[in-house]
Amino acid sequence: MRFCVCIKQVPDISTAVQTGRMVLNAYDASAVEEALVLKEAHGGTVDLLLVGPETARETIRKALAMGADSATHIVRPDVGDLDSSAVAEILAEHLADHSFDVIATGKQSQDTDSGLAGSMLAERLGLPYASNAVGLAVEGDALVVTRQGDSGQEILELQTPCMVTCSNDMNDPRIPSLKGIMAAKRKSVEQVEISTGTPQTRVEGLEPVPAREPGQLFEGEAGELAALVVDRLVNESGVEL
Amino acid sequence: MSRILVFVATDGGRIRRASLEVLSQAREQARDLGLAVDAVVLSDDPDSHVDAIAAYGPDRILTVQHGAFAQHRNQPVLAALAHVIKETGPRVVLMASTEAAKDVLGALAVRSGAAAIPDVASFEIKGDSVSALRPVMAAKQLARTTSDASTVLVSVRSGSYEAVPESGETSVEPIAFSYDDSDPAMVLREILTAGGDAVDLNEARVVVAAGRGVKDQEGKALVEELAGLFGGAIGASRAVVELGLFPATTQIGQTGKVVSPELYFAVGISGAIQHVAGMSNSRVIVAINKDADAPIFQYATYGLVGDLYKILPPLIAGLKAAKAG
Repeated sequence: MRFCVCIKQVPDISTAVQTGRMVLNAYDASAVEEALVLKEAHGGTVDLLLVGPETARETIRKALAMGADSATHIVRPDVGDLDSSAVAEILAEHLADHSFDVIATGKQSQDTDSGLAGSMLAERLGLPYASNAVGLAVEGDALVVTRQGDSGQEILELQTPCMVTCSNDMNDPRIPSLKGIMAAKRKSVEQVEISTGTPQTRVEGLEPVPAREPGQLFEGEAGELAALVVDRLVNESGVEL
Repeated sequence: MSRILVFVATDGGRIRRASLEVLSQAREQARDLGLAVDAVVLSDDPDSHVDAIAAYGPDRILTVQHGAFAQHRNQPVLAALAHVIKETGPRVVLMASTEAAKDVLGALAVRSGAAAIPDVASFEIKGDSVSALRPVMAAKQLARTTSDASTVLVSVRSGSYEAVPESGETSVEPIAFSYDDSDPAMVLREILTAGGDAVDLNEARVVVAAGRGVKDQEGKALVEELAGLFGGAIGASRAVVELGLFPATTQIGQTGKVVSPELYFAVGISGAIQHVAGMSNSRVIVAINKDADAPIFQYATYGLVGDLYKILPPLIAGLKAAKAG
């Protein structure tokens, strides 16, 4: 199958303090990994597509080093001002002239947690789609998706071409090998200009999350700790037990 | 009159409480702005939900009946909601941020020519804009997000508002909807549920969540016993879900469920940023961990440093006695 995986460069949020380090979105990394696993099992190709500034090339190289075949970079220095709607519009404009069996991406970005771009893109391209996938399998021409729903896992059969958004719970993305990193340097990255993309929302500012009241920390013997917290819960917490 | 449309989500035979929280808040803002509130329910048997929705006082309940709604699938839901939006022309469409809502929100925005603001902690409908606060950067910051679009879709995190019953005059209007359900492009084969009687995490007043410190069936049994005392729900960190000790539906965090119960027990959970993003709005947090430096203690109302296998038995006994007494 021919996979196109849409990836995004995002800030590293795994640390308590912001370092400014930019990384491949963790959910997109799972989408790349899953496409590679299916390509290795059934044959096909894995192409990457990224909207972002020149400096996002580093993230493309990382995903190529994982084993993807080629990449397209839609260069947009203004990506920070674009919302999901604008990004989906740009991706759709590019993909309208390209043919893939499966378009995959992360279920959300780890920085904004919006989770909109995938289904927006599917709708713009008129493709059936599944979101929040935790497992993928290829059966003939169909993609079988296990998605995590509200009260269980839904097993869906999608005819290709289709779109899927991936959870990071489906796999542990591979760490690129030295050989992969060397090979990535020779892989083609096509640069594309697309100037459309109209945001429908704007972020007017960031606010700190209100701090929690400082709590109480207890150390000691287990029975005493249990008695202490029962007393606090009954007499102080206001929780109706 | 301008209208607010609230999509009321159902789960089998009942309405999800988070939808009623959103409906209550819609009523409150509508009153100040002079807007009307419509509640729409999609179901194979919508009439069975009418009374429960009417108790929260929308001006109209719009019912859409189709067998395709018996189980969640995005295409029929999209078709129905886009149809209702087209027919009623709401200024704002509100819904609880369930997995089903997340599945359709983006596509619905495109199909309806609307803007979407997803997964908000609060929202405010103003003269000609909608503004919301949404957690970003693993819930370490809140982004004030605004849209001036003529139709704005907003999904709201569960627990963001109170569900307050309100009496009023409510009319019920069935919406005609035809949908060809024979499209083979996407077929739901089956749904694997993890234990039918499990208490819904999003709706529980008390959540007991297990982390890596819970290592075996014995620890799991203690967690279940503690939750059972309160009729509470059981949650888990990603680590113990991956170990297979708890089902994926129990996962709390940035990628799992976001909960905000009255009382949250973090049992053997270290407090990775991704987990905290899913529970830091709980009102009272009790954390039990061996490591006094575990990040979870920064969020705990009451932190207990020690071995959960030793603390839970007397804690369970003590809470039992307190509840009896």
